[in-house]
Amino acid sequence: MEKFILKYFTLIRTLTAILVGIIISVVLIYLISEMPAYSIKQFFIGPLLSKGRFANVIENASPMIFCGVAIAIAFQAKQFNIGAEGAFFLSAAVGTAFAISTNMPTVLHIIMVLVVAGATGAIWGFIPGFMKARWGASELVASLMMNYIAYFGGLYLINYHFRDKDAGYLVSYKLAETAWLPQFMPGTRLHLGIFLALIFAFLGYYFLYHTTSGYEIRTTGHNQKFAKFGGMNVIKVIILAQVLSGMIAGIGGATEIMGLHRRFNWQSLPGYGWDGVIVAIIGRNHPIFIIFAALFLSYLRVGGQILNLMADVPSELVLVIQSIIIILITAEAFLSTWKNKITIKEAERVEVGNESVAQ
Amino acid sequence: MENILQVKNITMVYPTGVIANKDVSMDVKRNSIHAIVGENGAGKSTLMNVIFGKIHPQDGDVFYKGEKVNFRNPNYAIKAGIGMVHQHLMLAPDLTVAENMILGIEPKKGKIFLDTVNALETTDAVSKKYGMDVPVNKKIKDLPIGVRQRVEILKALFRNAELLILDEPTSVLTPQETEVLFETLFKLKENGKTILFISHKLSEVKKLADSVTVMRDTRVITTKDAAELTEEAIAHLMVGRDINSGRIAEPENPGKVRLSVNNLSYIDYENVQILKDINFDVRAGEILGIAGVEGNGQSELVNILTGLMRPTDGAVSVDGKNIIGMTPRQIRELRISHIPEDRMENGVADIASLEENFIVDRYYKSEFSKKGRLNWKYIKDYSVDLIKRFNILTQSSKTPTGALSGGNIQKVVVARELSSDPELIIAAQPTRGVDIGSEELIHDLLKKARDEGKAIFLISADLDEIIKLSTRIIVIYDGHITKHFTDCRDIRGMDLGPYMLGVKKEEGASGKIHS
Repeated sequence: MEKFILKYFTLIRTLTAILVGIIISVVLIYLISEMPAYSIKQFFIGPLLSKGRFANVIENASPMIFCGVAIAIAFQAKQFNIGAEGAFFLSAAVGTAFAISTNMPTVLHIIMVLVVAGATGAIWGFIPGFMKARWGASELVASLMMNYIAYFGGLYLINYHFRDKDAGYLVSYKLAETAWLPQFMPGTRLHLGIFLALIFAFLGYYFLYHTTSGYEIRTTGHNQKFAKFGGMNVIKVIILAQVLSGMIAGIGGATEIMGLHRRFNWQSLPGYGWDGVIVAIIGRNHPIFIIFAALFLSYLRVGGQILNLMADVPSELVLVIQSIIIILITAEAFLSTWKNKITIKEAERVEVGNESVAQ
Repeated sequence: MENILQVKNITMVYPTGVIANKDVSMDVKRNSIHAIVGENGAGKSTLMNVIFGKIHPQDGDVFYKGEKVNFRNPNYAIKAGIGMVHQHLMLAPDLTVAENMILGIEPKKGKIFLDTVNALETTDAVSKKYGMDVPVNKKIKDLPIGVRQRVEILKALFRNAELLILDEPTSVLTPQETEVLFETLFKLKENGKTILFISHKLSEVKKLADSVTVMRDTRVITTKDAAELTEEAIAHLMVGRDINSGRIAEPENPGKVRLSVNNLSYIDYENVQILKDINFDVRAGEILGIAGVEGNGQSELVNILTGLMRPTDGAVSVDGKNIIGMTPRQIRELRISHIPEDRMENGVADIASLEENFIVDRYYKSEFSKKGRLNWKYIKDYSVDLIKRFNILTQSSKTPTGALSGGNIQKVVVARELSSDPELIIAAQPTRGVDIGSEELIHDLLKKARDEGKAIFLISADLDEIIKLSTRIIVIYDGHITKHFTDCRDIRGMDLGPYMLGVKKEEGASGKIHS
């Protein structure tokens, strides 16, 4: 038992954090709702009650997975590049512009848009990476500031050059059908993007844990001096991690446009980059765990929307749960006393075992 | 004589699951000098921390002056009259001696302002009382380590310590400074104090102690009068077997010059000259040792030799090839390996597995990866083999390196650096903080490498290690070489000391081979 707990301690800790978050949200619903039982049911079971809602969960998880994996690759190199938001937005805008301005057969068109968006994101990741490696500029500050540039730059591109003047609101022209990612389940908006997200999560996992470049990124993140000592070119590694991070976020942005909206219709930052940070933290920067973390967060979000719609509790409740979980997961001391006790118990058991063997 | 301190049946398990003390009991007589000896990891420091109230054991009791005590934290121990001088001194470097002395118990003027005059006077008084001279107005950072230590001892005495605990006090001192410390300790004993000191240098124990407690593998083996024990007997009790501490055999005949360092200088970004005109050669099949108090330019020298830093001036060549300006990887490709002085900072990534630590300099080679894809199966087998060959105690090759003991982490580093088939080994503090068993193993490995014709450059703060292993010795002080000993067969620490302190120097000394 002790061994099991120690082995899966991180997982148990994450699940406990989630549980605590949920219990507190239940208490909150009881405090503010006139019909708590109904609200709770809507919140937790609601997302499962119809095909449409469940599809919403999946469809929302897709950009979160993209951004989560993007953030995780930078975080694994200990680069706090939080520019996924900007890369996602700007690449979506550039991808849209490219899709509208070109004519190609369908599969090629989709691939080319993804390539252009990925390249945009890669450049966006390169800039803070280079500034960090070359001048020691904090990638956190640089990427954060660049999010604004991406936002206004993207809006400028769409609103001044690709705006559909016949639409009653600020959106781009509709993409040609050749650049549509197919939606595959009638009655929902589920599109191929989720599979792309899963593919990139698996690629991200494989890259980080099974390739030399991934090993370089993780080693640099573990101990940069050690990486240098071993002969790695840490400057190259730091830049590579951020370039890949931006690229994946960028591909995520274009996927969202081609699969879901079919035209650029954001007038404010959609926030997926931040969701990426959240799921990367919950998923401990591991791309496979990030898939589950994204599905979970998306589930909460959809539950929150239902709550807002069907019951008398505002959807901001989700933010409370989300924050509690993040705080507990990032708080080093959470459950550590418990872990210490178990470790000691286990150590004593092993010791006694050894002695009896020796005698 | 009555006992000032008794510990009974102490058992201490750390949160990490490491058992550090197992059923430990010991009596310390009032007004005596009591030594605790044992290898690293034997549990000495843990026991001291238990006595000092820093950590709390799962089991057992501490009696001080006949009363059972349970200090909640060190402040309570200090109030009761126990003082501790740590191995790594706990002084504020930017404050003066007097300011450090009164830290936490400042004399006040009008309840708010620091009474500086009073502080100076009391410091002076204490230092006079015990005959321990200190420059009261100087900043700690400007003082040599021996004086800093004296300040720390005075600090404890100022707080009315009757029992003084010293954790490996001599490990940072030169032989001369050690002498001074011993005189101080004898004086304190005359003044009625009790001294409890940890050491693993047996000659010191014999010289200093009235009684000796030997610890091995978390337990107390015995407590005896020092007069009853010989050095060999203590060593035997500590390790549980005989150890070989003599100088290793001389090499057959060293070959050609492998590493050649010429007129090397380094000036840091604050315009301080760290290295001045350093010259030396290291030949195949010999060990060149560099002795010196730490912080006299050794770290910078190593960093330059391994490509982590660039010199301001001078040339370094390996087999005739200039290596200045090469990256660490290019230098490693010349079959040069590097055991770094600070294993946790440079030598390992502690949260990464042993496997990931073993391959840091070779993961890109064809055995370990093909077309950028790591061959984890091979890496695992390779790691398991290294773990076996270098006798590393670990649960598996996937264990995070930081979970191992210090000695075993060092073995991980040594295993990696010696298994790359190097021609030149730069070994900085190769046995720092490792137990005697591992130290012997590492020394044997270095000797074996030497006998196979490898060139070895040894940097160590441990004079015994330098004297035991080196074929030739150079001494560094304040960034330049003060002496070159070409024949080290009968050399003693006392011969090196004056050159290490810069008291004596030979003009234009260099470690060059004259042919």
